[in-house]
Amino acid sequence: MARVWRFGDSVNTDQIIPGRYNLTTDWAALGRACFVELRPDFTSGVRPGDVIVAGEDFGCGSSREHAVIALQAAGVGAVVAPSYARIFYRNAINRGLTLLECSDLGSLADGAEVELDRISGVLREASTGREWRARPLPEFAQRIARHGGVLELVQAHGGLRGECGPDCGSGLAPVPGGESDVR
Amino acid sequence: MGTLMEEIIAAHLGRSVVAGDTVVVPVDLVMSHDTTTPLVADQLARLGRGVKHPERAVVVLDHVTPAATVAAAQQHQRCREFVAGQRIGSLLSDGICHQVLPEHGLVAPGDIVVGADSHTVTLGALGALATGMGSTDIAVAYATGETWLRVPATIQVRLEGSLQPPVSAKDLVLELVRRLGSDGARYQAIEYTGPGAASLPMGDRMTLSNMAVEMGAKAGIFAADEVTLRWLDGRSDRPCRVVTARDPGYSRSEGISLTALEPMVAPPPAVDSARPVRELAGLAVDQVFIGTCTNGRLADLAVAATLLRGRQVAVRTVVVPASREVYLEALRAGYLESLVAAGVAVESPGCGPCLGRHKGVLGPGERAVTTMSRNFRGRMGDPSSEIYLVSPATAAATALRGCLTDPREVV
Repeated sequence: MARVWRFGDSVNTDQIIPGRYNLTTDWAALGRACFVELRPDFTSGVRPGDVIVAGEDFGCGSSREHAVIALQAAGVGAVVAPSYARIFYRNAINRGLTLLECSDLGSLADGAEVELDRISGVLREASTGREWRARPLPEFAQRIARHGGVLELVQAHGGLRGECGPDCGSGLAPVPGGESDVR
Repeated sequence: MGTLMEEIIAAHLGRSVVAGDTVVVPVDLVMSHDTTTPLVADQLARLGRGVKHPERAVVVLDHVTPAATVAAAQQHQRCREFVAGQRIGSLLSDGICHQVLPEHGLVAPGDIVVGADSHTVTLGALGALATGMGSTDIAVAYATGETWLRVPATIQVRLEGSLQPPVSAKDLVLELVRRLGSDGARYQAIEYTGPGAASLPMGDRMTLSNMAVEMGAKAGIFAADEVTLRWLDGRSDRPCRVVTARDPGYSRSEGISLTALEPMVAPPPAVDSARPVRELAGLAVDQVFIGTCTNGRLADLAVAATLLRGRQVAVRTVVVPASREVYLEALRAGYLESLVAAGVAVESPGCGPCLGRHKGVLGPGERAVTTMSRNFRGRMGDPSSEIYLVSPATAAATALRGCLTDPREVV
């Protein structure tokens, strides 16, 4: 069972990993620095698959992809928040970190035990049975997520344009309405 | 028909697009720097691909340069190996990426530019669609010459009137961030329009475009005009695709009178917290820093030098020119002599202490007044230190008095 780590609104990438700790591409070092100042007990307490539950605009600030790697290397299984800053959002999808966009997360407490169904995008609190259903990713992000990351997509199709239907060649079809307002 | 975003993307695709479309577009320039290039290189290696258009690629060493630690030196080594191995046309180390790219004529109006740095949006000042991305997106752009984008909706910011010095573009953008909020333009672009926008010199435009990302925006753009073409004259012989918005549909319109603004300060830890400097005047300060991609240009140094000439700073003060060009011009104009004589530490061009790695790191509990764009907790050093965001004039006035000072009191 995964546990919830609660964070507030506007958690920025400096807080996920301060700039003084990202002079490396070493996963273990980046993982050890995850939330090092914002929540010093995080790396010692986090268990593989635990879930970050945060407020609005998670991941704002710098473009540093080290933030996504730090979360992954620390063992984070998914991030759940009502909204994400756009660069962090792309970075997470590109690296295969699961993001769920859910509203009304206020009652979900720090330390709560939860189950996560990545396929259906449903988060379930064990003690109450309460469920949160994520808004679906935009179509292109879904395509990337299906491949497990954007490099995998590029590898599979020789570029970004594979698997894109009749409009392929001069851009992709518009994203149908009703999807998550992302990008 | 469309906003500048829609028109620029349409011009690259040869067909019209509207906000909300997802497109794959060719990019004119791809940039990464010393912190982000090593991850880019790792991802390209995983992909087993090289840089498709080395002539459209540029790597800049600016975040920790000259190297302050062995780790930083190793990052630079990896960057140089990457540039040599991929035969990348440009390796620059003469200043902050967002300043030196246009100085070297690498960015033209109508371009699509992607960079592995969030402040890549600065280049929107030149009429380019410029946006920041992470290292994997940039690796894909290097490998394929393309990127994918959702065509953003656009917020119009209509500027009226004219700035009344010492009120500056920084005060304007701090007020704008306060109004829109730090996520008020998320997934959208900001288009700066109106007579006030046309009146602004390139440096001021760069300050406004730069902080578009502090509102969550994908881009912050000005229509290229005579100011743009004059600035580019002698720097670039590339053909300019001057794109104009045609009957644009905006998601929101925000009007600001430049004439009515006053000096602003954004206290930590949020960028959208701006209030008039006079409300916090007298606040004790440990360090002043003038520089960065937001405010390290010649006009910014000129303001500081003019204010400090013949006087002494009352608190330790660091000035970092945004580029070697700015440094040289400030040297020739006598600004650097005025600053050094006033007791300022003038450092070599680059990002400087904005990332808390060198040239003015803050200790526990220390408070800095700076011309940076971010006041996130611990960004300049110890997590208990504080960053207040201001204009160059307010920073210089604060340096002079040793406490937060409205520049109208000292000019």
